[in-house]
Amino acid sequence: MTWENLAFRAWEKESMIRESSATTENRVSTQPIIQIIGLHKWFGEFHVLRNINLTVNKGERIVVCGPSGSGKSTLIRCINRLEDHQRGRIIVDNIELTHDIKKVEKIRAEVGMVFQHFNLFPHLTVLENLTLGPVWVRKIPKAEAEETAMLFLEKVHIAEQARKYPGQLSGGQQQRVAIARSLCMKPKVMLFDEPTSALDPEMVKEVLDVMIELAQDGMTMIVVSHEMGFARSVAHRVLFMDYGQIVEENTPEEFFSNPRHERTKLFLSQILH
Amino acid sequence: MEPLSSEGMGEILSPPATTLGFVGWVRRNLFNGIFNSLVTMVVLAVLMAFVPRFIKWALLDGVWYSSGQGCREAGGACWSVVTRNLRFILFGFYPYEQQWRPVLCVGLFMGLFAFSRKPRHWNRRLLYAWGTGLLIMGVLMPGGIFGLDYIEPARWGGICLTLLLSLFGLTAAYPLGVILALGRQSKLPVVKSLSVIYIELIRGVPLISLLFMASVMFPLFLPEGITVNKILRAQAAIILFTAAYIAEVVRGGLQAIPRGQYEAAESLGLDYTLKMRLIILPQALKIVIPPTVSILISAFKDTSLVVIIGLFDLLKTTQVTLANPEWMGFSTEAFSFIAVIYFVGCFSMSNLSRRLEREL
Ligand SMILES: Nc1ncnc2c1ncn2[C@@H]1O[C@H](COP(=O)(O)OP(=O)(O)O)[C@@H](O)[C@H]1O
Ligand SMILES: [Mg+2]
Repeated sequence: MTWENLAFRAWEKESMIRESSATTENRVSTQPIIQIIGLHKWFGEFHVLRNINLTVNKGERIVVCGPSGSGKSTLIRCINRLEDHQRGRIIVDNIELTHDIKKVEKIRAEVGMVFQHFNLFPHLTVLENLTLGPVWVRKIPKAEAEETAMLFLEKVHIAEQARKYPGQLSGGQQQRVAIARSLCMKPKVMLFDEPTSALDPEMVKEVLDVMIELAQDGMTMIVVSHEMGFARSVAHRVLFMDYGQIVEENTPEEFFSNPRHERTKLFLSQILH
Repeated sequence: MEPLSSEGMGEILSPPATTLGFVGWVRRNLFNGIFNSLVTMVVLAVLMAFVPRFIKWALLDGVWYSSGQGCREAGGACWSVVTRNLRFILFGFYPYEQQWRPVLCVGLFMGLFAFSRKPRHWNRRLLYAWGTGLLIMGVLMPGGIFGLDYIEPARWGGICLTLLLSLFGLTAAYPLGVILALGRQSKLPVVKSLSVIYIELIRGVPLISLLFMASVMFPLFLPEGITVNKILRAQAAIILFTAAYIAEVVRGGLQAIPRGQYEAAESLGLDYTLKMRLIILPQALKIVIPPTVSILISAFKDTSLVVIIGLFDLLKTTQVTLANPEWMGFSTEAFSFIAVIYFVGCFSMSNLSRRLEREL
């Protein structure tokens, strides 16, 4: 089977998602918001990130894919310093990430993060989950924060659940709340670490739809995901990682129809069957 | 063939009589099976042997308000040892005509405690109420202002001392324990090792020896001329001891919180203090309510160990009463009374624990 064929099948398979998203226009500036230069990271002896170089401009949307254990999560967790790095530089919103925890906290407030397992705060209601950051980090008055939170809950189509606790929601609903929780901080960048891979199949679409709407609003996004339909419809660039390196980087069209490296071809053939 | 009759097609039937009412209850709970029936019979036999004799001793033959001599003549329980010495047992050497002060304090404390049991009453006003209450107690007990006679702490005794040691012991030990638990998890090596050393040292020593140290050794290290009140020293020993145990329980709770909670809190930009206060501790402390309350209960009971350094807590006043030749020999009754007081205290704490688990 040729690559065009494989890609076409993926295209068909994900057409549902594609249809729900209007073509997202290119509004990428040339202003870099994230710069990663010569990044290396080790876990003990294990060299998990090897010479990563990446610049993300404002408004740009990047999808990162690659086999399990290739370092995708570690890379995006370095961007808000949930992991520290040993060599190279990471500059986010003109602040370089160092051991200075105050600067790190400042960057974290500007960078939203959505986890595979949602990580909502189970002892707080949905609304309280959303207002926590704005009230305590941004020092916004509670009433105002709640108003904003309700707006974002509406945006992720879940306003009626505001008074419930996360444990009372389905996985898809929880992930949408998690997205809204990040949005309430009015972040400049959103990071997604396999946001749909812990979800039951029927809930994947509702979360992807929300992410597509977010893309249409021009949010800068880095998404670790194997949802190729999503990558096609919103990404400006697709990165392929393997063994801690960025092996290939291209526009989605080129990436899927014309992969250059053997490892990429192998990987695509595996996820596209 | 006739269809198998299904009695009463669909209408509402009452269940068979044998599952209902008293008979049903007895069957289900006492005689469901040979083994359970046997156990029931044995327990009944034991109860029948002891309960009537206990009732006869405690109630029918019991003497409630006589002299010691009167007790000896009657054959039953001598509750007079309690009733006749009640005020000494409860208040020790606190001057007789001033004892309304400790009564008021204990009443105030119990009122506040009872009201605080419902989590929905927890708000800023309750905090102020406790502050005011403690202030009033702090003024009433020693006196010395507002025309109240000064009563030196050495004369405080009985239930006041027990409650004082417990209340301050537990409320101070809890936050200290939480801080120690956080210290033990700290990334700063100095903080971490200090916490570990403290916790392990204290846990390796029985409370009695800490109390001895507090009362005998500690004064040796103080500069000449400075003395620290004996009650205060015992109080410090109790706090330090209890805190180490609370720290370990809280650490268990902290370990039960998934890493994702820390990461989610951090990725919102919360600093360490806020992350702990708003996200981690509320969840961790809730998980460890039952073991924490166990520790608080045993700490409450352990305050009775202060007898060995000569403080007049509830146990000591009872012992002193029993040393009086008139009341010698009635320790069963006197200690039963103390046991009831301790039981009420412990039981209300474990009740509180269950309520908190349910409602928080
Ligand atoms: N905290 C850690 N300590 C040690 N090794 C880790 C840690 N986190 C991840 N790793 C290892 O680093 C590699 C990359 O992990 P990860 O970034 O999660 O991969 P991916 O998200 O691409 O599946 C894996 O081999 C994983 O086992
Ligand atoms: Mg991963």
